[in-house]
Amino acid sequence: MSKKILATTSLAGCFGCHMSFLDIDERILELIELVEFNKSPIDDIKTFTKECDIGLIEGGCCNSENIEVLKEFRKHCKILVSVGECAIMGGLPALRNGISIKECLEEAYLNGPTVGENTEKIMPNDPELPMLLDKVYPCHEIVKIDYFLPGCAPRADLIWNALVALVTGNELELPYEVVKFD
Amino acid sequence: MKKAEKITFKIDEKTCYAWPGQSIVDAARDNGIYIPSLCHVEGLKPAGSCRICNVTVNGRNMTACTAPVGEGMVVENDTPELNELRKTIVEVLFVSGNHFCPSCEKSGNCELQAVAYRYQMMVPQFPYEFPVKGVDARPDLILHDRNRCIMCKRCVRGIEKDGKAVFSFEGRGGEHLQISMDIDLASQLSEEEAFEAMEICPVGAILKKERGFAIPIGERKFDKAPIGSEIENSVEQD
Amino acid sequence: MKETIQNVIEKYNRDRNRLMDILIAIQNMHQHIPEDAVSIIADQLGISKVDVKQTITFYHFFTLTPVGEYAVYLNDSAVANIKGRAEVVQAFEDELGIPFNSVTTDGLIGIWDTADIGMNDQEPAALINGTVFTNLTSEKVKSLITGMRAGKDMLELMRVIDAELDGPELLSTMVKNNIRQKGAVLFSDAYEVGYALRQAINRTPVEVVDEVKRSNLRGRGGAGFPAGLKWDFCRQSRGEEVYVVCNADEGEPGTFKDRVILTELPKLLFEGMAIAGYAIGAKQGIVYLRYEYRYMLEYLESILQELRELNLLGKNIAGKAGFDFDIRIQLGAGAYVCGEETALIESMEGKRGEPRNRPPFPVQTGYLNKPTVVNNVETLCSVVQVITEGAEWFKSFGTSDSSGTKLLSISGDCKNPGIYAVEWGVTIQKLMRRTGANNVQAVQIGGPSGICIGPDQFDRGIAFEDLATGGSVIFISEERDLLKDFVLNFMNFFIEESCGSCGPCRSLNVILRNKLLKILDGNGVEQDIDELYKWAGVGRSVNRCGLGQTAANPILTTIENFRHLYEDLVQMNESFVSAFDMESAVAESCEVVGREPNLSR
Repeated sequence: MSKKILATTSLAGCFGCHMSFLDIDERILELIELVEFNKSPIDDIKTFTKECDIGLIEGGCCNSENIEVLKEFRKHCKILVSVGECAIMGGLPALRNGISIKECLEEAYLNGPTVGENTEKIMPNDPELPMLLDKVYPCHEIVKIDYFLPGCAPRADLIWNALVALVTGNELELPYEVVKFD
Repeated sequence: MKKAEKITFKIDEKTCYAWPGQSIVDAARDNGIYIPSLCHVEGLKPAGSCRICNVTVNGRNMTACTAPVGEGMVVENDTPELNELRKTIVEVLFVSGNHFCPSCEKSGNCELQAVAYRYQMMVPQFPYEFPVKGVDARPDLILHDRNRCIMCKRCVRGIEKDGKAVFSFEGRGGEHLQISMDIDLASQLSEEEAFEAMEICPVGAILKKERGFAIPIGERKFDKAPIGSEIENSVEQD
Repeated sequence: MKETIQNVIEKYNRDRNRLMDILIAIQNMHQHIPEDAVSIIADQLGISKVDVKQTITFYHFFTLTPVGEYAVYLNDSAVANIKGRAEVVQAFEDELGIPFNSVTTDGLIGIWDTADIGMNDQEPAALINGTVFTNLTSEKVKSLITGMRAGKDMLELMRVIDAELDGPELLSTMVKNNIRQKGAVLFSDAYEVGYALRQAINRTPVEVVDEVKRSNLRGRGGAGFPAGLKWDFCRQSRGEEVYVVCNADEGEPGTFKDRVILTELPKLLFEGMAIAGYAIGAKQGIVYLRYEYRYMLEYLESILQELRELNLLGKNIAGKAGFDFDIRIQLGAGAYVCGEETALIESMEGKRGEPRNRPPFPVQTGYLNKPTVVNNVETLCSVVQVITEGAEWFKSFGTSDSSGTKLLSISGDCKNPGIYAVEWGVTIQKLMRRTGANNVQAVQIGGPSGICIGPDQFDRGIAFEDLATGGSVIFISEERDLLKDFVLNFMNFFIEESCGSCGPCRSLNVILRNKLLKILDGNGVEQDIDELYKWAGVGRSVNRCGLGQTAANPILTTIENFRHLYEDLVQMNESFVSAFDMESAVAESCEVVGREPNLSR
């Protein structure tokens, strides 16, 4: 059996889902037998060099770059999986969804308690920077997502079980303890 | 207590016994059968508002918290159709509020979350709405976060101060209804009453201040076993 | 202010059950319920302020902020919209310089949307301080505003637009009744006031109930429950104190038959209530009158007084010793769901109009927890004719399952909208010919909660066993956008009017409406139609009351009968379409930080 090709990314996330992924511990050696990594922070491949079988998405979409990366993943991956609360529903970054973007930016760069000297009242506006979106979007509102693994972060066992199921085509095992939203 | 005084009825093939006038949901519990419910609390007047306890009797759906058991009644409970409906209702509640489980003090002890676990909700089938709702932290002892409210009315029915309702509905309809808190009365709640208010809320909409995250992950109410399993594992007593 | 509010509360004996009346009085005095008034009421009735506010905020016509010295409530029903409402809205907004749902800065004029006010046969129509103004145009709006600015009263306002006024003095109104077809049961010329009541009291109450049972008279409000059986159940409850309630909360968009009965035949209705009172042993009857019909209140009160003087109400009625019965009118305050009988009872008790859980039924535990019969206006009127002419006579009209006649309120795209008294069983085709409806694309039967059918079903008949309706028939011609003009309007109506108590009704209808919008915006795929249909089926099997169970009918029945309209809008060859639009999503943040959006990629 040829190895499945895997890509991963963290959009508006905290990398906690990737950390949890690494919590599969020694099973990572088994994983290497099953899959080959392509674009991913784990192997530091920055751009797709191959068409992939599976893409794991951590984080929702809070800026224009997230949207671009997500669309690229959809283009290059046969199966896309939303991993974690942020990818699924925006997660903690989406706590800002009820607050106007103006208020958020002013709190962060002008008025907040952690703002230092900003006498010129500058907010990041370099054209090279990604643009903030009006709200944080769940990934499945932007592209089609095939599977969802909840959790903050998803338990390592859930990620492991899901990957094994996807790679082998066997049914996914879901013991009670592995599906949690926190 | 003798069986003879009780009514005999059936839930999903199992013969059960109930006191006359007892609701289906309470009688089911006494017989070791779990019927999910979010708005029902024993001792409060049933509201029949979350609709999750819908069961089928004679081909008709009815809420098990409001319908009394009748002699010879045949109740369908654990069927694929009803479980699908219940999961759908939970999903509706998830998207129509702002349920950020990772940042919620009630996570792990939350009944909404627990029912979602029980029905293996991985993602709601509906789009998230992110409604804008307010937080009211004015009282000394409690905090009211409307973002998490599922409008089960447990607080409306159960929390009183001097015989007056502390919480009430405000507005109506799909986009304006919410629970409002009487600031004068809420500010007078004692420690115990504030704790009771937090406990009566099935989600994290009413919190007692300075009590968040008291129990570590792994030891909370619904970390290890699904909601209702305590009923299903209870030894049936005659 | 304190004193006047105190007086109002005293007038109703500090009775929590009369909170509706207290609030109506205060709202009329101050154009809102001031915060101070809330405190005084809470204090006097011994309840919390949020408890008072939960009733206030439930009803459309109670407000916590002023609605304007002239409060203009413009009907927002689908038919109002196809009859030129947009032009009227524009005229109000342009002339006043404010958007809808706000008040001019001087507090003089407020303009507000409101759900159907029962004037579908003369739209666009509005209520101004409770008075009805029909067939509005932008020209009339300009004159009205000039009149309001000059401080004119309602009668003068009607004059400034040269309104033709109809009706007796106490009911001087520009509302036309448009009775297009009279029937044998209702609007027959044979009615003689008091005749049926005298017939009834010469028989025993049980005989009266039996006569009504034999007639197979079924409830005319829409649900069709047999009236005689309901009375019988109430008698079986053996209450010491029982009530007759007339449901005159005609709120289903497109129905206006009760409006016409109430203004043309109020004596017939009140006589029907007295007969019901005799049959079930009630001493008190209550008419729950929707607030939109407040303009007829004084007139109806005068008729009640007239009947008292004729000894057809009051004590020892018509000389029958011990038969005491009287009627009071309870106003609603704007809530469609109160047409549901248990919600109506809650409202009569001064609470939010949330339907109750059943059992127990109102015939067991109703108003003030006493056995209560709630009948529709038309049902009670039919009773009079059943008693006068006999059950057999009544059954000679209609079909085997639907005896008698039915008043239809017909509106929409037809030449002669108005009231038609028909025998049950009449086909849609026949109605189209009679009303002059051409190029009909669809017919909405039974209002938004009913069904929408296409031409292949126009041979069906109006009857409980076929096309059931409480009376609303709306013709929709081919030039209309059925999904946008009607289905979307209906869904918004239900979202607004849901009491909110049941989770799936409160929130799922919003989800359905948003999905419909996604399709209307061209962002749908075929799967969206299937999901919409599947989701729309949920409410019917889980919600508590008729509203919640039927609120998705506009979507369900149009997908069933007009699926092609949905398919024309979706991208049939795509499996996923995102409604996300980068340009609008980044617009605000770019503006705030002061940069140009970079949309090149």
